[in-house]
Formats: sequence, C-alpha cells, structure tokens
Amino acid sequence: MHSFGHRLNGLLTFSVTILAIMCAIASLSDNLNTPSPTADIKIMNINWFQKQPQGNDEVSLTMNISADLQSLFTWNTKQLFIFVAAEYETPKNSLNQVSLWDAIIPAKEHAKFWIHTSNKYRFVDQGNNLRGKKFNLTLHWHVMPKTGKMFADKIVMAGYSFPEEYR
Amino acid sequence: MYYAKHFRWDSSYSASSNLVYKLQRRRRRSKKLKHIGKRENMGWIGDTVDSIKSIQIRQLLTQVVSLGMIVTSALIIWKGLMCVTGSESPVVVVLSGSMEPGFKRGDILFLHMSKDPIRAGEIVVFNIDGREIPIVHRVIKVHERQDTGEVDVLTKGDNNYGDDRLLYAQGQQYLQRHHIMGRAVGFLPYVGWVTIVMTEKPIIKYILIGALGLLVITSKD
Repeated sequence: MHSFGHRLNGLLTFSVTILAIMCAIASLSDNLNTPSPTADIKIMNINWFQKQPQGNDEVSLTMNISADLQSLFTWNTKQLFIFVAAEYETPKNSLNQVSLWDAIIPAKEHAKFWIHTSNKYRFVDQGNNLRGKKFNLTLHWHVMPKTGKMFADKIVMAGYSFPEEYR
Repeated sequence: MYYAKHFRWDSSYSASSNLVYKLQRRRRRSKKLKHIGKRENMGWIGDTVDSIKSIQIRQLLTQVVSLGMIVTSALIIWKGLMCVTGSESPVVVVLSGSMEPGFKRGDILFLHMSKDPIRAGEIVVFNIDGREIPIVHRVIKVHERQDTGEVDVLTKGDNNYGDDRLLYAQGQQYLQRHHIMGRAVGFLPYVGWVTIVMTEKPIIKYILIGALGLLVITSKD
C-alpha cells in the first residue's frame, strides 16, 4: 500500500462499502415505524353509466376522498404514491382492479387531505358486467424511500355498488 | 582409468615418451580447466537469465489466474442473484423520466419475481415484443381470469399523462405475465449513472478497463 494507485483503490472501496452499509441501515430503520393511517371515500354521484361500442361497460363517478396518512412518513421517505382502485368480481374474472385516481404526496404536511374529484382514469370493464354489481373501493399507498426497500399497503372500503340500469 | 590408460605398465618407459605424455597431459588439463572456467561463467549468467525468465512466467501466470478468479466470482454472484430473485436481470437502471419524481434517470432498482399474483400499484419491469429496452412502470389495471389465473395488466408511468397502450405492440391492449421480468422491491439513488455514462460514451468504459488492467499488472512489484 505505497503507491498512489493502491491508496486510491483502497479509499474508493472503503467509501463504497460504507455508503452501502449506511443505505442498508437507513432502509432497516423504516421497519421501526408503526403506521396508523385512516381513509374514507364517499361516492357523491354516478355521472354516467354506458355501454361502449366495443361492448365494454364504462362508468364515470365523482368521489370525496379524505385521508390521514401522516404516520406513514419516516425520515427515509421520499414520497408517498397513493391511488384509489375499484375491485370487483365478474363471472369471467376472479379479480378486477381498476385504478380511478392517484396522487403523489411529497411531504408529511400534505398527507392529511380532502379532495373532491371525478375519476382520473376511465373506469372500463372487460365486458359488460357492471350493472348492479357490488364493488370495493381500496386506497393503496406505496412508500417510496430515499434509499432501500419499498413498502405498500392498503385500506379496503366495501359496500359500494353500481346502479341496476344504464344512465 | 584415466591414468591407467596413459601409464605404461611395461618397463619400456622411455624419456621421450614420458615427455610427450607429460605434454599431452598438460594440454588436456589446461583444456579441461578452460572448459571448467567457461562453464562456470556460463553457469552464472545462465542462472540469472533462467531465474528472470522463471519469475516472469510464474508471476504472469499468477496474475492471470487471480484476474480470472475475480471475473468468475463476479459472474457467480450475478448468476446467484438471478436465481435468488427469480428474474432475468435482478438489477436495472432507470433510463427515462417517466416515473418521476419517484425514480429519476440514473437510479437503480432491485427486482424480484415471485409466483404471487400481480396486483394494481406494483411497479413492474416489462419487455414489449420488438423492443429491447425494458420499461419500468406501475400497474393500474388488473383483470385476472377465474379459470386459468392468467392475468391482463395495464401499466402507466407516474409522470406520463396517458397509459402505456401507445407503447405496447400493435393491437395489444394488455400485458400478460410472461412479458413481466420482475417487480421493483428496492431502490438506490444515483448509482446507475456509472452504467449510463459507460453505455453512452464507450470510450470511458475502455479507459476504465485499461486503467484497472494496468493496476493489476503493476501491483506485483
């Protein structure tokens, strides 16, 4: 270990190892956090409910979404990606999940919110099975860390259903 | 034997023959001495040359073998990761800005592929037929069949306005499980820039490999 090249090599290896260990510890510290989020979604209105020319049902609805997700943030959290998905079952498909709305929460202050919105993405079925169907609305969140392992979880709210007839 | 050959046993031991014999012996001895001297000198140079040659060959072989060991152990680690994570490429670099602000260009994603069903919200890396570069986007729609368990999946980049149907092959509405290489489970920022720089400017790759090779070769002395 006497030449410049050797010393540089040793220094680089050591610093990369230390950085990797720090990233791993930062990621592990996320496990210490015990979150307690709450959410509530109300469907204010079914705007319209039609069958498309291709044969698929489509619905447009307006929702009131309120949630408190502040407990999910840790010092290692870069942002929180949340989305609302409708989940239902049809004769052909054991599970359908359709994302209706999503948002990115960059900081803890914005994690407690209330929003009145129509669905951002089109709610289109594979087929025409939606009339009178019951469905769940689930609020999913994905914790995207500054470094390390990503977590995801959800809150399921059941008890919603489509109208019996097209509107 | 030597003396017996040149020593006459019989009594006819004349002076002249004795003198001739002595002269012959002296000539032979001096020749022998000269020969011994030459070989001694030659032996010393020969030894040095031989030792230099042997050092070089042995050292060279040692260095070649240790370099080979380093390369093969890196390959073993890579293949082992492929087995453990169940995906063809366990680590990918984010190349585009379609998942910002979550994943920026130059970040590294760790992938894992398990038999668990694909659900909405997961970040998946998939290949489109005909495109060589894999894409990292989020699943926004899942339709899973009752009977076969096969799944139709629609994806969208967080930063994109519309879904990925424009990126899919002609006439393709959904992705199937065999398109998907893995789910993103972990993330390291900025580390992928090394790969991006080396891919876009190959000169830097050659310089780096040359410098590393030089370091290995000159490290023995």
